[in-house]
Amino acid sequence: MYGLGIVKGMAVTLRHFTETYLDDLRWAFRGGRYHNEEALKVRQHLGKNRGAVTINYPEEKLPMPERFRFIPFLVTDDPPPGQNWGHDWCTSCGICAKVCPPQCIWIKRGTKPNGRPKPEPEEFYIDIDICMNCGFCAEFCPFDAIKMDHDYELADYDRTYSHIHDKARLSKPISYWREIVPAKAAAEEAARELAEQSKGKRRSKDDEPEPQLADDVQRQLFYKGVLY
Amino acid sequence: MATEALTSDVPVPDELRSNVFVTSLDKVYNWGRRNSVWPMVFGLACCAIEMICTAASRYDLARFGMEVFRATPRQSDLMIVSGTVTKKMVPTIVRLYNQMPEPRYVLSMGACASGGGPFKEGYHVVDGIDKFVPVDVYVPGCPPTPQALINGLIALQEKIDQQSILTAPWYRKDTPSELVPIPALGPDLVDLRQLDIIRRHAGTVQEHTITELAQKTD
Amino acid sequence: MSDEALSEEAMQNEVVEVRVHTDPVEEAVERLTERFPEVVEDPRPDFGGYMVPANQIRDVAAYVRDELGFDYLSSVTGLDLIDEGKMEVVYHTYSIDKGGSALVLKVHVDREEPTVPSLTPMWPGADFQEREIWDLYGINFEGHPDQRRILLWDGFEGHPMRKDWHEPFYEEEHKPFGSRWPGGEVFRAEERNPYGKNVQYPAGWQPESLEFNPDTEVYAGMTVTREATPGLKTEKVTVNMGPQHPSTHGVFRMVVTLDGETVLKLEPVMGYLHRNHEQIGERNTFIQNIPFTDRLDYLSSMGNNHGYVLAVEQLLGSKVPERAEWIRILMVELNRISNHAWALGFLLNDMGAFQTPALYMITERELIVDFFEATAGSRMMCNYMRFGGVAYDLPTEFRGQPTMEFLDELIYEQIPRFIEEMDVYLTNNEIVRARGIGVGTLSAEEAIAYSTAGPVLRASGVPYDVRRAEPYSYYDELDFDIAVFYNGDVYDRYLVRIEEMRQSVRILKQILPHLRSTMGAPIVEGKPQYAIRVPRGGDAYGRVENPKGELGFYITAKTRSSNPERYHVRAPSFINLTALGKMCRGHKVADIVTILGSIDIVLGEVDR
Repeated sequence: MYGLGIVKGMAVTLRHFTETYLDDLRWAFRGGRYHNEEALKVRQHLGKNRGAVTINYPEEKLPMPERFRFIPFLVTDDPPPGQNWGHDWCTSCGICAKVCPPQCIWIKRGTKPNGRPKPEPEEFYIDIDICMNCGFCAEFCPFDAIKMDHDYELADYDRTYSHIHDKARLSKPISYWREIVPAKAAAEEAARELAEQSKGKRRSKDDEPEPQLADDVQRQLFYKGVLY
Repeated sequence: MATEALTSDVPVPDELRSNVFVTSLDKVYNWGRRNSVWPMVFGLACCAIEMICTAASRYDLARFGMEVFRATPRQSDLMIVSGTVTKKMVPTIVRLYNQMPEPRYVLSMGACASGGGPFKEGYHVVDGIDKFVPVDVYVPGCPPTPQALINGLIALQEKIDQQSILTAPWYRKDTPSELVPIPALGPDLVDLRQLDIIRRHAGTVQEHTITELAQKTD
Repeated sequence: MSDEALSEEAMQNEVVEVRVHTDPVEEAVERLTERFPEVVEDPRPDFGGYMVPANQIRDVAAYVRDELGFDYLSSVTGLDLIDEGKMEVVYHTYSIDKGGSALVLKVHVDREEPTVPSLTPMWPGADFQEREIWDLYGINFEGHPDQRRILLWDGFEGHPMRKDWHEPFYEEEHKPFGSRWPGGEVFRAEERNPYGKNVQYPAGWQPESLEFNPDTEVYAGMTVTREATPGLKTEKVTVNMGPQHPSTHGVFRMVVTLDGETVLKLEPVMGYLHRNHEQIGERNTFIQNIPFTDRLDYLSSMGNNHGYVLAVEQLLGSKVPERAEWIRILMVELNRISNHAWALGFLLNDMGAFQTPALYMITERELIVDFFEATAGSRMMCNYMRFGGVAYDLPTEFRGQPTMEFLDELIYEQIPRFIEEMDVYLTNNEIVRARGIGVGTLSAEEAIAYSTAGPVLRASGVPYDVRRAEPYSYYDELDFDIAVFYNGDVYDRYLVRIEEMRQSVRILKQILPHLRSTMGAPIVEGKPQYAIRVPRGGDAYGRVENPKGELGFYITAKTRSSNPERYHVRAPSFINLTALGKMCRGHKVADIVTILGSIDIVLGEVDR
């Protein structure tokens, strides 16, 4: 019958239309579907919703997955009281600057008073107008010193100065990293500890069995290249 | 009526500028404008996909009164430059910008539109749309997520909030808005505002032809 | 032995039989070198392919096409061999019937005024590719019907892909640039340019010589031609669509000559998103190219990654661990579904079903995109594959649910439900049928001649799918059908995409057990490295069946080098557009957007 296809299609749109309101009703007695932590959890998982879902940004924000990458930042020790950041983890080895695909990282290596290179960056710049958020710098940094930030709220009225991030802007304490990606940060810490230990082992030439780690941590280490 | 009085050529005394009436009028005026910013349907590259996702039901720009994507610049208030601007495209973008009615806003979405992005080193890429048209808000990221774009749009709303009906340039007769000259495609992209610099670098300067060229492109 | 086991064995036998077929290329080469004794194997070590004298390329091509059955000219690549003072053109031809790898023909010509006979009269699919080579390399194709610049504009100074041409922001031949470390003093490239912009002008060039009128520039082609037909006043109108047009899927422009509402001639104009992907790719090291490939076809970045790593893995000789291969297939097939969902939504948009289908499709796509974000770190720009594996394993948890459980739900429930819903919603809709059936037809012969790929080729009744023709990864172990329809119109292209989504679900269901059984296994070969040098030089061509069609990467490199010497992308969207003019001829102007939507182009890939 001519027109049946359209009628069937209209039934689909009608269902989509009503489902959204039915969802609203379902949540009505549990604090509503919006501005509700519990409802947001369900709503993130789009498949568990029948109707249309909307994230009411900025009132409610979608939590970012751990691997989410935006602009990089530099990891420092937790700052001593009264200061913004602590000792840099970066040793200015330059791997991130070499691997960066659009070459948006500039590092000025520090020098000791005797003129020898110091494992610390004197200056560190990232031009975020060039950065492509690929995450290679964080992936290949052997010291866990550069990480991809989750802060995407960077809209600005001017780019002349604010879009070249200098060391002051880039440095963030390790506690911030632990806060935004708890699981990955813990795995990295375990990996670092293991690396420390095996380093000590090699020196003492001890035949004790290597400390064993949980499977998922081991996989992390594998990826980090520590197991080789 | 009030608007008429304010926009007439009669200079407004300074003490009147802090008038309660004007500020509350500003509030109403800006409230109306900030909640009905109509963007132009204008997708350039990857960021356009995220822009479309922002407009779709999950992030829903309709919550900000911005769902009315207009296909013509004549009806739009906001140009979201969403993606890499190339030399071949920039004349069209400048033309579209010139065709937009005032007040007009430009949001540069993503690294490419702001400063060339990862493709900046390429021979055919414009290193930032702000070299040609004034940009109001920059949204960094490659690409910015929909939430980052909304963050930029909120920043734009805040900018609109700060504008005053008294100082808004689009009502003032003494400062007519200037059209951006449309860049030309020669052996490379030619910004017509830079003709004398180009000439200087070529070695010789011929004064009389500057006006000729300007007339030609008017 | 039970019947079932018997039949299973028989099936396996059949599969084995198919796999041991003789290589069609070897057989063809024997006949070719016999017929043309001048055709010799590429003498350079580790380079494949056959050298053809320039004056014989047409005869050889005709023989290859008509006698040897290599009837599909997939890709034409230009190269600048500056050290040898030569220019090279590489042709990849395939046999549609026999499948298998490519018969590669190479032509060397002098670098000064290089001229190669054009193959466009034989294979119209070479048209845009030869124009691109003329544009970027300045190789003159003798006999090309319309040799103009395609990505840049007429009047641009120089041929930018030549190795001795340097862009305004040129720093060094290869990355990493020395100015970044250890004495990295930050600068913006424009600060070092006298014009403060990414421009340069030839020495002594005066702007007075610029002949420029913005109106004729932008409205070029808006012309009216009156024909003096006795007793009847007719006129042809040439109108311009794009580059800023809501239904051109980006910055794409078409110049259309109309007789009333009927299209007489349509000419695509592109280059509005030409981002110098290939030139940047030659400056980059191998690994630096992976995130750039994301930005080619930005709706299917996983597929782009896959094609590129396959090509480089040929040079590296990597072996990919089993789990990594399964994860790659998982990602690529999910990507295919999300890409087709997007393509169908916007095809419907073009048909006039404004917004609603597109919104439903985007909602479903968000689900997959969210999974990409949790796995690879970004919604669109995944940057997920590495040489010899993938970057990360699947996350253990996704949205508070174990990942494998989520994938079960996604693959067994949500995606099939969505596909069936869209099928009910759209497939039998009378308007879709009326706008789609018989519109933009392309016969099988034309589809092959125009080198179209992917859903466009398969909707014309050509069952050619790289996953079956030259299986890569584990596709030869997977059970799926190639979606083929035979009318070659817009509606069939729509049906092909729906069917391909179903087949993708079928593939995904088969790989879930493998993902479970390989849990915890290595996901990358060896230690992840950033400084990658190819042990041997030579050339490699890696191709995958991307949602848009065959995506190929042609890479040449010197031995022990860390960056490609030539990096060429065979972009399916770009080559599919060659047939657009043919498909639109004779249809109404309103059908243009539908036909364009049914090709499913992404400008990032068209212009690169």
